[in-house]
Amino acid sequence: MRLSQKNYAIDLGLFPLGSCTMKHNPRLNEKLARLPGFADIHPLQPQATVQGALELIDELATWLKTLTGMPAVAMSPKAGAHGEFCGMMAIRQALVARGEAETRKRVLVPASAHGTNPATAVQCGFIVDEIKANARGRVDMDELKAKLEMSDDIAGIMLTNPNTCGLFETDIKEIADLIHAAGGYFYCDGANFNAIVGRVRPGDLGVDAMHINLHKTFSTPHGGGGPGSGPTVLSDALAPYAPVPFVVKDEDGVFRLVEDMEGDASESFGRMVAFHGQMGMFVRALTYMLSHGADGLKQASEDAVLNANYIQARLKSVMTPAFDGYCMHEALFSDAFTADGIETIDIAKSLIDEGYHPMTMYFPLVVHGAMLIEPTESESKAELDRFCDSLEAIARRAAQGDETMKGAPYLAPMRRLDETQAARKPVLKWTPPETSSVAAE
Amino acid sequence: MRYLPLTPEDRAEMLATIGAKTVDEFFTDVPEAARLGSTIEGLPDHQGELAVERHMSNLAAKNRSASSGPFFVGAGAYKRHVPATVDMVIQRSEFLTTYTPYQPEIAQGTLQTLFEFQTQVAAMTAMDVANASMYDGSTACAEAAIMATRVTRRKKVILSGGLHPHYAAATKMVCEAQGFEVFQLPATVDGENALADAVDDQTACVIGQSPNIFGTVTDLSKSADAAHEKGALLVSVFTEAVSLGLVTPPGEMGADIAVGEGQSIGNGLNFGGPYVGLFACTQKLVRQMPGRLCGETVDADGNRGFVLTLSTREQHIRRDKATSNICTNSGLCALAFTAHMTLLGGKGLEQLALLNHEAACDLADALEAVPGVEILTPRFFNEFAFRTPMDAEAVLAMLDEAGVVGGVRASRLFPDGHMGDVIICAATECTTPEDIAAYAAALKEII
Repeated sequence: MRLSQKNYAIDLGLFPLGSCTMKHNPRLNEKLARLPGFADIHPLQPQATVQGALELIDELATWLKTLTGMPAVAMSPKAGAHGEFCGMMAIRQALVARGEAETRKRVLVPASAHGTNPATAVQCGFIVDEIKANARGRVDMDELKAKLEMSDDIAGIMLTNPNTCGLFETDIKEIADLIHAAGGYFYCDGANFNAIVGRVRPGDLGVDAMHINLHKTFSTPHGGGGPGSGPTVLSDALAPYAPVPFVVKDEDGVFRLVEDMEGDASESFGRMVAFHGQMGMFVRALTYMLSHGADGLKQASEDAVLNANYIQARLKSVMTPAFDGYCMHEALFSDAFTADGIETIDIAKSLIDEGYHPMTMYFPLVVHGAMLIEPTESESKAELDRFCDSLEAIARRAAQGDETMKGAPYLAPMRRLDETQAARKPVLKWTPPETSSVAAE
Repeated sequence: MRYLPLTPEDRAEMLATIGAKTVDEFFTDVPEAARLGSTIEGLPDHQGELAVERHMSNLAAKNRSASSGPFFVGAGAYKRHVPATVDMVIQRSEFLTTYTPYQPEIAQGTLQTLFEFQTQVAAMTAMDVANASMYDGSTACAEAAIMATRVTRRKKVILSGGLHPHYAAATKMVCEAQGFEVFQLPATVDGENALADAVDDQTACVIGQSPNIFGTVTDLSKSADAAHEKGALLVSVFTEAVSLGLVTPPGEMGADIAVGEGQSIGNGLNFGGPYVGLFACTQKLVRQMPGRLCGETVDADGNRGFVLTLSTREQHIRRDKATSNICTNSGLCALAFTAHMTLLGGKGLEQLALLNHEAACDLADALEAVPGVEILTPRFFNEFAFRTPMDAEAVLAMLDEAGVVGGVRASRLFPDGHMGDVIICAATECTTPEDIAAYAAALKEII
């Protein structure tokens, strides 16, 4: 209990960590995930005894396919990065089927991408080629076209949309068409799907694969670093290569797990994980979707975007928005407004003393001293106003060069921690004091 | 509508502050053809708590829970007693609804429990260091293989015939994507040390499991020695963490990397996930590890505290040169593991393991007494394979009718393994003498 009290959490207040989507985690989801019919069933017990579980997976799959406008979904990926791996492996397998796996190795990744994107591409045996952002925070179309014209080894592109600057990629359809014309596939990082649910279907944008973080968009709790869940929707072009296992509904209404790479799964790229995916997260996500409904999910996206734009509007006179115009679900500022010597980290740590968790700092990499603020839809206007008042006051201190900010936080359970010492001489576990071992001898 | 605190008046006021007429203005970057006018069709609108609960409860009622009768399925996931305290602790809002501890000043709760988790995993496996968790045992196994190729700069991975087939498949898929060769030895009940004969000077690692998928406990020292002689690593796998209370831990058998599934401590069955992957290795390999690591340090006042550390291995810093793409892991499941282990302590784990072993011995005695049953596993902890005189699928179906969930048929795990008459079954502390008697009686009726 004492340890838990040293943590900040979304249940305690606004948690504006950009690109992480810290929204309210309804307790109904927790209650239903603990029903013995879900929590106390074994992944390998006879399929006749788990028809309800398979039906739930199928029902959640239907929601995900409908909301994205995509024909297929792989449910087994364990988290977002695992979903990326799933999508990129499906692309690789499609290239194998075309006999081009050895010749098409290049994957284009914007400089603003999450680190998981390039790391995933390399894990799938691809080579990463970085593309720059333009002055509006979007993909530089000239550079993209030049790269596509120069190379005949394009496997695909990994693009986050809305992107990590909190902006919708205006040219997304054209990008998809260009990649397809070059013989590649379009992987969309769905980490920010929560901004557009019900307003835009990625399937209408030419996407071939996209993971969905159930722990972001559909409100399963982050748990201090997981578990997540990363179902990955696939286009018709990639669906045959989906990983095993998957659920099919036979004509007689019986649900069946396809576990082996034969029959329906003869072209599958393989198995990603033991068993069938994050069932506990599936229950929570479906509960959330049913509670919100199609209408509520759309309203949630709109409120998330409205809240972010409200923060941007309230703070733009004292902080420096990274880009002109409206944002999607997160507001991005650079550190241009701060006095010399005051950095983004000082603003973040000062926010702790105001009773808030800091925003995401120094990400995306394409903006200097980036501060990425994602309020989500589950905050009230009153809470947003309090937050903006606090941040506004801090921003003014930062602009004036208030040196006391360098020492923040002052009011947290701990002061700033020495990360350099931790890395230089790593102590990664507790060791019993010498004296006790002597005494034991 | 639920979970949405903005009122229509709030929205109007906020739009006015922003200077926009409607929210549609925020979505003008979306290509016009892709803008949805109305609510997406084919999905229901919002429902109240009661209606949602009813719908989900109906689905749950179509499943037979492991607690509803005699239950003997194992093979990588185990029916366990989880103390009430564990679930209570992980439902504390401050643990449940927080993020990866990027801001250590206000995340010491999570960080200290991760430090304790790493300490417990390292101690149980007798390894130098452990990370802050992976998704599950199978992905931990795949990451270990990749790490071994990185450490040795070799491209060949050898899997034992006793490795859980799902772990083998996940490892094979990941390795082959990166151009590494994977050699899978044929499935055998008692053949872990065949690894020693298979290793050569091209091998990055051999991967053995104990207790293996058939339950067989094996001393992997011989495989470790053979691997080290050829400059290869031994990756030691376990799917049943409670076994570490009784059997020789990987570190004492010479393992360079130890990976396994932590579900059976503190976590429920959950139909296969979320679980918690355990990952430990020797000190000299620490900078090649995948995943998060929590380390001790001090704050500006000199007080002891904890931070995430050695993150230059990780994707958010190193991007395409990272040791892994893993980001989110299994934080809350790791907390459940740590809460349960803290309640147990070392002695408690040993006693729990002993209860499991005794239950399995009783089960084996009872089943062996049924004419026609042949126990195949020579040395087991809490799980073993047995042969029936009939097709295993038919036997399990008839057991099911008698109310007994009797185990997993080996042919589900090894479709091409010519093991149509083999059943793998497990006992745990949840198994009662009545359960065992019911199993034996039902089996006697059937065969």
